[in-house]
Amino acid sequence: MNEYNFAYLDEQTKRMIRRAILKGLAIPGYQVPFASREMPMPYGWGTGGVQVSAATLTPEDIFKVIDQGADDTTNAISIRKFFQKVTGIKVTDKTIDATVIQTRHRIPETSLTEDQILVYQVPIPEPLRFLEPYETETRKMHALEEYGLMYVKLYEDISRHGAIATSYAYPVKVEGRYVMDPSPIPKFDNPKMEMAAIQIFGAGREQRIYALPPYTQVVSLDFDDYPFEASKADHVCDICGSSDTYLDEVIVDDQGGRIFVCSDTDFCAAQQSAALESSE
Amino acid sequence: MYVAVKGGEKAIDNAHAWLSEKRRGDKAIAEIGVGQIREQLTLAVNRVMAEGSLYDPDLASLAIKQSHGDLIEAIFLIRAYRTTLARFGKTRPIETTNMACIRRISATFKDAPGGQILGPTFDYTHRLLDFTLAADSETSVVESQDMSDAQMLPRITDYLNQEGLIQQEIQTGDEPGDLTREPLQLPAQRDLRLQSLTRGDEGFILGMAYSTQRGYGRNHPFVGELRVGGVVVEMEIPELGFSIEIGEIEVTECETVNQFTGSKSDPPQFTRGYGLVFGHSERKSISMALVDRALRWAELGEDNVGVPAQDEEFVLYHSDNIQATGFLEHIKLPHYVDFQSELELIRKLRCEAEIPSRDEEES
Repeated sequence: MNEYNFAYLDEQTKRMIRRAILKGLAIPGYQVPFASREMPMPYGWGTGGVQVSAATLTPEDIFKVIDQGADDTTNAISIRKFFQKVTGIKVTDKTIDATVIQTRHRIPETSLTEDQILVYQVPIPEPLRFLEPYETETRKMHALEEYGLMYVKLYEDISRHGAIATSYAYPVKVEGRYVMDPSPIPKFDNPKMEMAAIQIFGAGREQRIYALPPYTQVVSLDFDDYPFEASKADHVCDICGSSDTYLDEVIVDDQGGRIFVCSDTDFCAAQQSAALESSE
Repeated sequence: MYVAVKGGEKAIDNAHAWLSEKRRGDKAIAEIGVGQIREQLTLAVNRVMAEGSLYDPDLASLAIKQSHGDLIEAIFLIRAYRTTLARFGKTRPIETTNMACIRRISATFKDAPGGQILGPTFDYTHRLLDFTLAADSETSVVESQDMSDAQMLPRITDYLNQEGLIQQEIQTGDEPGDLTREPLQLPAQRDLRLQSLTRGDEGFILGMAYSTQRGYGRNHPFVGELRVGGVVVEMEIPELGFSIEIGEIEVTECETVNQFTGSKSDPPQFTRGYGLVFGHSERKSISMALVDRALRWAELGEDNVGVPAQDEEFVLYHSDNIQATGFLEHIKLPHYVDFQSELELIRKLRCEAEIPSRDEEES
């Protein structure tokens, strides 16, 4: 069999996923259970995001896939190739050209617009999971808006370490209602979640979809005397010189010498070419 | 350019090429055929069909070949293929009472109508390597008895049921759920638990069952009956208005007889656990029956003693090997963004605690 339906999934399945997405958009931050399918890549490789993208993409879309902020990481390539094969749509590396962006662990540095959809891959959708392992319990806690346990955890962090010891997948509260896991993005990206684009989160193995409509209020949890801080390495990019982007630390020699470079490769490349043009 | 990310595309292509070369192995040795796998590695094929939730020996054999014999990888191939198949209807429940048994044993009665049929079993073999199989020549195979006159065999548990000694299974008439079409939501009913167990990882279900035998939720199981054989699959065709036979599948069914002491409302009665698995898979179906029985504690009025095998969320959320292996192996994927944020955090915390870094200590 060589011929697959557009975007691999059959239309019934896509409809089921679209319903979950619409429900998620209607109740921002609420985890909608959906009948996740086995995809031809393993769970943990972004099957939730892939299913959301499959249900979202149309033949006119231009698709971008990033992993760790980069288009060129192996899994981003694999997912992009998969969609090229099963949809034949156009793909791009450029954030501004894309209509649908699937991401793992980052939000692009370039601000997204109302014409774009950002699809996140989510490993553990439940922000309370590591405080309470039972799904039956956590669902109840969300229903009752019972988030005391989370605040206790943050408080204990401060009393033990003097700071909130969560640096990625930093929990947020959506429109004053649901506590939500932003997926394992660095907390540097949290403030960007109040954006013009639609954000959809897909967790394949855990069978959950949740979403943020454009301009939804997203507040990182904190305390008045210990306010949330979107931190990053205290450097500028060694390649493009940007001072306000999230940086990867790269070990470059045997002596442990290191450089700091933008994790968003498209943004970094754009800065470089802009610098080139202005110097010419 | 720094080392990390460029060239991923080429690396993937090269990795795939190398993988396929590894699959073929030494070209001086004849390539294995899918037919050979189907006919000679039948128990592996059975496992792939059972945990892949797709009864197709040819595809399962192909998956085993393609996966270099890694059965979980083969199961994964089958599951991913299964996703693309349109659902055009559902069959009638198979009637295992009418099974054409190749094997049927009871550990609770020395003899029963229909008799004990040992069938093709490893049970009483001595596990000595048979070096004659290592010789490439065709080994002599003793023809087994013709089993074409397989008769319908009564169920052992029915004899206990006649006396009211075993708890009656109530037919609810509810439409069974479908784990593969609806998201699993807990608490699950027994239909979904059984679906989950039958496609669950054999090793995991075995371990869970074994834990009940060793005292983590002991339920005193006896193999009331274990039967292996072919059953016909029938489907009602709406246009016809009656059901027709669309094929035959091999299954293994295990009914356990378990003790329990009765409660205030019920006199002492045996209870049941149930296992049903595609193909010839005795270990799996017995394990399934034990775990099924352990999970029924609430329905049977038992105490939850807090053991893993009684914990529906624990068992059902961790039995699927495709989910488990995916999430486990995904930690091989790059996590450098998250790790970077952890690096910064730990440096900051250490800085605040004023722990000198190693370089400073030395200098």
